[in-house]
Amino acid sequence: MRRSVPMLLAALAVMMAGCEKKTQPASTETDTSKQAAQGQGGTAPATPPAGTPTGEADTILLGVATSLTGGQATFGVSTRNGIEMALKEANEAGGVKGKKVAMRVYDNQGKPEEAAQAVTRLITQDKVVMVLGDVASSNSLAMAEKAQAAGVPMITPSSTNPSVTEKGEYIFRICFIDPFQGYVMAKFAREHLKVSKVAVLQDNKSAYSIGLTDVFTRKFTEMGGRITSTESYSQGDTDYRAQLTAIKKSQPEAIYVPGYYSEVGVIARQARELGLKVPLLGGDGWDSEKLYELGGSAIQGSYFSNHYSPANPEERIQKFVADYKAAYGGVPDALAALAYDAARVAIEALKKAPDTSGKALRDAIAQTKDFPGIAGVITLDENRNAVKPAVVLEVGDGTTKYVTTVNP
Amino acid sequence: METSSVPTPSPGGLPPALRGILPVLIAVPVLLLFDRLLASAPFATYLLSIMGVNVILAVSLNIVNGMTGQFSIGHAGFMAVGAYVAGVLSLSFKETALSFLPVAASDQVFLVVALLAGGAAAALCGFLVGLPSLRLRGDYLAIVTLGFGEIIRVVVQNTDAFGRALGLSGIPQTSSLAMVGFWVFLVVLVARRIAYSSHGRSLWAIREDEVAAEAMGVDTTGYKVRAFVVSAFFAGIAGGLFAHFVPIINPGSFTFVKSMEIVVMVVLGGLGSTTGAIVAAVFLTLLPEALRSAFTVMGAEGSLAQKVDQIRMPVYGLLLVALMLLRPQGLFGMKEIWEVLPRWLPRRRKGLA
Repeated sequence: MRRSVPMLLAALAVMMAGCEKKTQPASTETDTSKQAAQGQGGTAPATPPAGTPTGEADTILLGVATSLTGGQATFGVSTRNGIEMALKEANEAGGVKGKKVAMRVYDNQGKPEEAAQAVTRLITQDKVVMVLGDVASSNSLAMAEKAQAAGVPMITPSSTNPSVTEKGEYIFRICFIDPFQGYVMAKFAREHLKVSKVAVLQDNKSAYSIGLTDVFTRKFTEMGGRITSTESYSQGDTDYRAQLTAIKKSQPEAIYVPGYYSEVGVIARQARELGLKVPLLGGDGWDSEKLYELGGSAIQGSYFSNHYSPANPEERIQKFVADYKAAYGGVPDALAALAYDAARVAIEALKKAPDTSGKALRDAIAQTKDFPGIAGVITLDENRNAVKPAVVLEVGDGTTKYVTTVNP
Repeated sequence: METSSVPTPSPGGLPPALRGILPVLIAVPVLLLFDRLLASAPFATYLLSIMGVNVILAVSLNIVNGMTGQFSIGHAGFMAVGAYVAGVLSLSFKETALSFLPVAASDQVFLVVALLAGGAAAALCGFLVGLPSLRLRGDYLAIVTLGFGEIIRVVVQNTDAFGRALGLSGIPQTSSLAMVGFWVFLVVLVARRIAYSSHGRSLWAIREDEVAAEAMGVDTTGYKVRAFVVSAFFAGIAGGLFAHFVPIINPGSFTFVKSMEIVVMVVLGGLGSTTGAIVAAVFLTLLPEALRSAFTVMGAEGSLAQKVDQIRMPVYGLLLVALMLLRPQGLFGMKEIWEVLPRWLPRRRKGLA
């Protein structure tokens, strides 16, 4: 009996690795993992043994990994919609070099380990030529590591944490980075609103919020302003009265709240209840229809920095907004616009590159210059980050008003 | 089964000393071989590594939840302790190597040291959490471990050295399939040795009736705490391994949901059955990927499969509900696979003999 334990284990190990190996040589384009899963899971649902038609000669496959389920699902869905729309337009216009461009989307549940798994699968099983995603910086970091190691170019549409593109020369981003957003708001507060005393209320749970706060605090102080107090909350809290009372005591002229819309709306309401009448300032995490619902009249007159404004009268932006509305209903948020841009940059690179090898595509993306995106003109710098202006929007009654553009 | 624990002369003619380490001698070369064979399949390696970590977690939790009958729901907390301690250690020794060893070998030595440190830290936490709460009976352990898991997450979120909410990235990815496999092997070995030792008998006794066990002279608190510490140690090891092949660890990976996933594995496999825990962990890790494949095949044109990828998780949930309705005692109940197999294949067994 004692010896049967290790024997059984060894047998199990042989079985597992054995069946994995067997499928290996035959499966240059079929789905190894699927067969492995069948072999090992036993009870896994039966899948036809036919290979998936991923490597067809007349399509170019792009990989997308984003959070379609989980806490940031709306971001992921917007991202997918934006990419889908760009691909559809490209295919209607004749595709790339006579080939159709298709995408394969995997859900990462908003978890980095799932993101790494999804991207590994996209690269090694589905043989995608390029990876797009994700929104949350933690997930993008996990993906970047794998994409860089495999030599497959990756474009993140909307991860603003600086460390993402530092992973290597195959990782690009087409949005601005957190420090820039902090700088934009500091500049706007100092020069446009002409305030000198600002309190900060940051979300301790999100790296994004902390990053924005750090830069805002530094820049605002450099520009001659003063931070009266710094308070923090955790994503998911519902009562902010203690922090707001402390902030009220410090008598600020504005409050910087670089959080997500779900909390900001409630914070605005509670601030007004406590008699804090000063405007709130924030970042692109505010950008959601839900903000007006949650904040109501309390959030009106507050400002946030964003990637683009759907109210911008430029023709191509209005066309994008109209097309998106027709296809998916609802006004596209910045994430959809950025994803649309990312996919178009990818398609542009596919057209320019001599072949679809990782290196050729990488070089083609790196040359992106003055690309007319929906969310600003995109020029990639030597650190593979986009250099582009940010817009500042004022929250009105159920909509936003374009206030100004801040250039880098 | 009872006879197996009686020291009889070994039937294979092996000296007892060799018999003790024989499993290890067999396992190590076998694992290294598989590692080499799978070197060119990164996805399979990744998936198998995740699976290995889940097996370690499930089997170690089974020692507490299954064999001892306590209810711990903070296993992800111990995993987080192991992951962060091992991760920070590896990060700070990233540039160092042992001069008398080749770099690859030295990396492995550092990895083992980091893992052991992570495991030890988790075990210490297990001791501190377990000592007060295991003196009591009933649901207190569940509440305390639940709280512990949350505390760890909040502490990590607010500590700069742990990367706060963004997480810790850049940890050297030195873990290999062989390393994960070795720890899987070790945890199963330990679990089985415990189950068939006098220590294990006491744990079973506590599970069946704590009052009776105490009346028979079993030091219930002592046994429970020891089982809990062993369990926490392996959860720490699993976390450490996780940190060395997942590019970034962040608090979002060690939430209450993760703890519940592990509990589900144990319950699905059958409380008290090590084989059950293994099978359930393997099954639940592969299921989402298998569903992904199934949907990809169904929607060959592309767009349908994309839409359907989202309903993967609800399907996963439904399958789980169905399984629990059909077999409420878990896949294996309290039995192990070699107790069940003979009943399924009586003839073939005789034929083989």
